[in-house]
Amino acid sequence: MQRYILSRIVQSLLILLGVLFIVFFMLQLTGDPVSLMVSRNASPEQMEMLREEMGFNRPILIQFGDFIGGALVGDFGMSLRHRQPAMELILERLPATVELAATALLIALLIGIPLGLLSGSNPGSFWDTLARGAGLVGQTIPNFWLALILIVVFSVELGWFPTFGRRTWDVFGMELPTKSVILPAFSLGLFTTGQLVRFTRSAVLEIKNEDYVRTAYSKGLKDNQIYLRHILRNASIPLISIVGVQFGYLLSGSIYIETIFSWPGIGNLLAEAIGNRDFALVQAIAFFASLVVVTLNLLTDIAYGLADPRIRYGD
Amino acid sequence: MADTADIKETGLLVDQAAETGFRSRLIYVGRLLWRDKTGLVGLIMFLIVVISAVFAPVLAPYDPLRQDLRAAKQPPAWSEEGDISHPLGTDNLGRDILSRIIYGSRVSLTVGFFGVLIACSLGLLIGLIAGYLGGRVDNVIMGLVNLILALPYLVFVVFIAAILGQGLIIVILIFGFTDIPIFVRITRGEVLRIRESGFVEAALSIGSTRKRIIFNHILPNLIGPLITIATFEMSAMIFYEAGLGFLGLSVPPSVPSWGNMLATGRKYLTIYPWIATFPGLAIVFTGLGMNLLGDWLRDVLDPRLRRMKK
Repeated sequence: MQRYILSRIVQSLLILLGVLFIVFFMLQLTGDPVSLMVSRNASPEQMEMLREEMGFNRPILIQFGDFIGGALVGDFGMSLRHRQPAMELILERLPATVELAATALLIALLIGIPLGLLSGSNPGSFWDTLARGAGLVGQTIPNFWLALILIVVFSVELGWFPTFGRRTWDVFGMELPTKSVILPAFSLGLFTTGQLVRFTRSAVLEIKNEDYVRTAYSKGLKDNQIYLRHILRNASIPLISIVGVQFGYLLSGSIYIETIFSWPGIGNLLAEAIGNRDFALVQAIAFFASLVVVTLNLLTDIAYGLADPRIRYGD
Repeated sequence: MADTADIKETGLLVDQAAETGFRSRLIYVGRLLWRDKTGLVGLIMFLIVVISAVFAPVLAPYDPLRQDLRAAKQPPAWSEEGDISHPLGTDNLGRDILSRIIYGSRVSLTVGFFGVLIACSLGLLIGLIAGYLGGRVDNVIMGLVNLILALPYLVFVVFIAAILGQGLIIVILIFGFTDIPIFVRITRGEVLRIRESGFVEAALSIGSTRKRIIFNHILPNLIGPLITIATFEMSAMIFYEAGLGFLGLSVPPSVPSWGNMLATGRKYLTIYPWIATFPGLAIVFTGLGMNLLGDWLRDVLDPRLRRMKK
């Protein structure tokens, strides 16, 4: 187990190094990063000044060395627009994004797992049809469109929720979510909900035929006990990895959702940074998002290893 | 969905098809489709989109770029102020929404088709190399593949699109190249599986060359899984293209595309909601059709799944 964890950590570090490499050289794709950052009618003198200021006139390997050196201590340079260290801006926006993604995941879990369980345990029933429909719809409705429709229906027509923005409820310095999170979180979580329904359903269908379930039945256990203690418990092991992967997806998806709802998180910051051609900030966000995803994958794999004795005692 | 007896029969049909010629195979595929209605529905939905893309100039009632400010912001025909001359209404500049949706399918399908073509052909080549050569080459290739698959996809696609700028070819290249790893992984996995199977061993034992094994034994077995994945990936690309368009990072704003229409619709969302509604429905329609088709293809083309179901 220790060897497994260690090798996964080394692997993750290598991936992050690769990410730094990609993020740095992507800006060089067009040959001249400065021309990306200035407006179209900038004078050559202005471009030269920026080149000087950002250090783009130095040899590329030295720039890369500097970039890596800075990245290792969390320094991705200054945001051109905000005149503030890029990492600082990201960390300021982090709580809003975490609130949104966590709520989305919670909604997906609360809807997806029970629906998948109901559907897998009664194939062909009304619940099964409903769940499979939900799974398919969840995968085919673009979240950016769903968000627009939800705003029209629930905010404009019915007036139940605010059309945009994040409001929090301050309790002893803690920022607690209010109903402003519901529409964005639901739109963001729909795809994940669909995935969870499909996944739970097929896991239940598979596990139902296992020998230990038959044994449980022959012992005279009730359906409820069997589903909760034997089937769901065994289905939950692979579920861990799905949840880990999906959280990364939720972070990416927040680009649209946060833009639409003017939610003050990292996705919104990224869309803004791209609009302002603030590439130091874009680089920092791309790295930060990768860091989160890679870390989550690592933790997921470790959790998976701990939960599954076959992996735990594997080596 | 078909019940077990049906599926059993479906499986037998497919096996028979494998033994007969191309024309009778087509007939069998037709019968298979008829048997499983969801696949048929998916295919019909997909064909509707393809036909509207190909025959857009004939089908669209208006020029998608023609502005008519007097008829601007007209709601769809069935609402009170609507008019049958613009069935789905008009946008902020008085352009006909139905015509723009019909033309928009061209952008979506072009991106999806050529994106998948690039990703699939390069992915197939690289996957074959990795799976067949193995060893250090395989390690390097799979290392890169895992690196790319570990990235938050959308963030990087947006990043690249922001650097390279707008344009149809740029979007196709972005999706074509970033999607290669998926096809590499599928191809490599299948090659490893097939390489160990009895029939390849048998071919080797009678002295078949490497080239012959790849072309006569491995490639034909790859077609099924690749077509299935290609369908899902194409639908995903259509989705992502619309998303990029929504952020203003896909084709130039003057081109009628579903993503661009959504971006316009968002600005007028609270007053003229139909501008954003219909292009979104077009995306859902296409995605639903392709997913149904993909699910059906997976069931029919995957021999292992067929055996399991039998």
